[in-house]
Amino acid sequence: MDAQVSARTPDTTTVSPVGLAVPPERHTVDLSPIARRRWQNFTANRRGYWSLWIFLVLFVVSLFAEFIANDKPLFINHDGKWYFPVLFTYSETTFGGEFETAADYRDPYLQKLIAEKGGSMIWPPIRYSYNTHNLDLPTPAPSKPTWLLTEKECQPVVERKKLTGCRDLEYNWLGTDDQGRDIVARLIYGFRISVLFGLTLTVISSIIGVAAGAVQGYFGGWTDLLFQRFIEIWTSIPSLYLLLIISSVLVPGFFVLLGILLLFSWVSLVGLVRAEFLRGRNFEYIQAARALGVSNRVIMFRHLLPNAMVATMTFLPFVLSSSVMTLTALDFLGFGLPPGSPSLGELLSQGKANVQAPWLGLTGFFTVAIMLSLLIFIGEAVRDAFDPRKTFAS
Amino acid sequence: MMDAATTKLLDVRDLSVAFRQGANEMLAVDRVSFDIVKGETVALVGESGSGKSCTALSILKLLPYPAARHPSGTVHFKGQELLALPEHEIRHVRGNDITIIFQEPMTSLNPLHTIEKQIGEILDLHRGITGAAAQARIVELLSQVGIPDPASRLGSYPHQLSGGQRQRVMIAMALANEPDLLIADEPTTALDVTVQAQILKLLKEIQTRLGMSMLFITHDLGIVRKIADKVCVMSKGKIVEQGPVERVYTAPQHAYTRALLAAEPKPDPAPLRPNAPIIVETRDLRVWFPVKRGVLRRIVGHIKAVDGVSVSVRKGETLGVVGESGSGKTTLGLAILRLISSDGPIVFLGNAIQGLRFKAMRPFRRDMQIVFQDPYGSLSPRMSVSDVIEEGLWVHHPKMEAQEREQRVIRALVDVGLDPETRFRYPHEFSGGQRQRIAVARAIVLEPTFVVLDEPTSALDMLIQTQIVDLLRDLQKRRNLTYLFISHDLKVVAALASRLIVMRHGKVMEEGPAAEVFANPQSEYTRALFAAAFNLETAPEGVVAQ
Repeated sequence: MDAQVSARTPDTTTVSPVGLAVPPERHTVDLSPIARRRWQNFTANRRGYWSLWIFLVLFVVSLFAEFIANDKPLFINHDGKWYFPVLFTYSETTFGGEFETAADYRDPYLQKLIAEKGGSMIWPPIRYSYNTHNLDLPTPAPSKPTWLLTEKECQPVVERKKLTGCRDLEYNWLGTDDQGRDIVARLIYGFRISVLFGLTLTVISSIIGVAAGAVQGYFGGWTDLLFQRFIEIWTSIPSLYLLLIISSVLVPGFFVLLGILLLFSWVSLVGLVRAEFLRGRNFEYIQAARALGVSNRVIMFRHLLPNAMVATMTFLPFVLSSSVMTLTALDFLGFGLPPGSPSLGELLSQGKANVQAPWLGLTGFFTVAIMLSLLIFIGEAVRDAFDPRKTFAS
Repeated sequence: MMDAATTKLLDVRDLSVAFRQGANEMLAVDRVSFDIVKGETVALVGESGSGKSCTALSILKLLPYPAARHPSGTVHFKGQELLALPEHEIRHVRGNDITIIFQEPMTSLNPLHTIEKQIGEILDLHRGITGAAAQARIVELLSQVGIPDPASRLGSYPHQLSGGQRQRVMIAMALANEPDLLIADEPTTALDVTVQAQILKLLKEIQTRLGMSMLFITHDLGIVRKIADKVCVMSKGKIVEQGPVERVYTAPQHAYTRALLAAEPKPDPAPLRPNAPIIVETRDLRVWFPVKRGVLRRIVGHIKAVDGVSVSVRKGETLGVVGESGSGKTTLGLAILRLISSDGPIVFLGNAIQGLRFKAMRPFRRDMQIVFQDPYGSLSPRMSVSDVIEEGLWVHHPKMEAQEREQRVIRALVDVGLDPETRFRYPHEFSGGQRQRIAVARAIVLEPTFVVLDEPTSALDMLIQTQIVDLLRDLQKRRNLTYLFISHDLKVVAALASRLIVMRHGKVMEEGPAAEVFANPQSEYTRALFAAAFNLETAPEGVVAQ
């Protein structure tokens, strides 16, 4: 008994019988004391805390990829009218061209048409989209980062475009891939699709996994026994090979891949949640709820799920990083997203195919490494935050 | 040379313990001073949270440092300042000069090691005794602590021993190196009353034989009087009173000590009502858990948790169910409420409810409620008090207006003596006694006729116990409730029960009106149980378990 025990189980006895030496701080956001302590623990892990911020900034920025790297201007003022090519598609005829096709704003002809009418264009910082081919490459694709080019290499393009030197070229900061597409643009889009895919996969597989684990743990007995054996058989299927076979039959796309990966990824949380429910179903407050006549579904949702969520939350960042990794691996092997989509795995496989162009491999490697490291660091901090024994060490 | 009897063996001066939690620091022990001379037993008494265990653990520096620290104080043991000793030196003191016995014999022994290995480890560690010499010493120790046929017990694992025997093994481990001081941290709290009496007797015997000192930590004043020479009463981290046991008991100085000594539930049970309608009746109720063996999981036998129990409770009465742990009293309560499956008819308010499905049981649940033992475990930590209490209303009166529901919650809280304004707080903000009141409020908000009280007071301190007993009695009178009161604490049962059944091994040993059974117990077992509970006396051999 005594303070010794309350030191070990702070979740239940935060207020000491002796009283607090210092009154608790007041916060503007009214978090429960447990949540507040968890947030404190999370921020105490500086590496994880900064990783979270860096990751969030990168992710939010990449969500606006169309406004950062695009082959369409953000805004055009043409003939006294305003146009927003990023948001809407206009045909070439709008600007006085000849074809009914969508306008290609990188075309010097169209640029000239707009300039003649006294129009102005505002471009995103990077004037390439993930699928824009740079037609003015000074060297054969994959082409070096522009700042590494020598004047001699630039000369043909500089002369054709009547510029003064290399520095006036449109920059490819990290070079281009083997089809002359800008790598920075592809990175931004690729990062976004990876994280979005990872997040979607994590959320859906958690929902399925938590539900399956909850049912098994709560009902136990035969339900548990049969389900567990099924999961054992299911997990012993070599999933990667199966994924390869399925993705060579079905046309791979974002949602097809999501479905295929979901077939196997939901299992990862089942054991954890099942254990929590098995433990929790004999708690006295669960018995008390049963004695009140509360239905099983309500008991599972209201009383047991919050307990299981702690373990689940701790696991989520790791599930997320493994989802991202699986997608990258499939892309690398060529069984992932359809050809042409911006993907980190494809960048890596291009790097492997073009060893003479190290900017491909290096960029791919560092992006994946940094992204996964950030996720792991966040995961560690989350784990710290939910660790009840961590609370007293400071 | 000073006289050995007056030399201070342990001298604690101005000891404080503070725990840090984030930016906050709380003082668990506040400038405590006491001393122990050779051969003396000093008892530290107080409620949970009063800092008694903390004080004891700081003597051996067993607190979770650096979260804990000592803002002030010294601990001198045989002239050595223990608090200043570095970790590797204090290890020679631990288990050698000062040993400690913990409360929970179930978890204090490593389940994967044999008894011989666990005791042998200490001998090897501090004395370097191994092999045959160690074995001989272990057998000697085990016979000292009264384990029958010790040589054959050497290879046993903890799970093969009963709770009392495990505590004996713990004591044997503590005695292995003939310590000068034995710290016993609530060594009998987790044990049954009959076993508790045996262990206390053993400790007393060993202490006189070996001439060692003992620091005995407990919340039970009855034990203190039986075993200690000197007593220190702790409250809120301070020692409020200390002195020779007789003096403190006969002439307590401090108000807190007086309150503690007076804290005994007053016997005022509900009267017998032989003509009142029967609320619950069971006939030959059985709860058998099958024991399965082999590949085909054939049923080879049964654990008979409840074995043919017939009870009937009349309206307004309290049926007390007493017995040691494992006697099936809690199982009986759960079976009557149909929370575990059982065999044999159960009649509730004139309806046969045995075998009804979950949905069919629901209308009856409104009239039958339960209050559990552990007020920390029985309230969901993630629901506010108001959510906890109104949950039953949602189930049984789903169409009730929000306002009326709130009124019912407020009324229930007022009835159990809590401020209704606290209903938006979470359980962790309440003390154990307050939580138990919340659990009672949850049970009575549905206005039931029948409430099972499953050891509702045993996790609480003496003072709080009395309050809860008064509350339960008061509620019974006001709402004409019928109780099934399950407890191993006979003093509390005596305060509440109008009828009594004594259970052992799933069977009823004795039953009758409570006053008669207490005054004139028929079976030998009941007599032994009463003697152990009221006078801490051991029973003759063979009557109760070891």
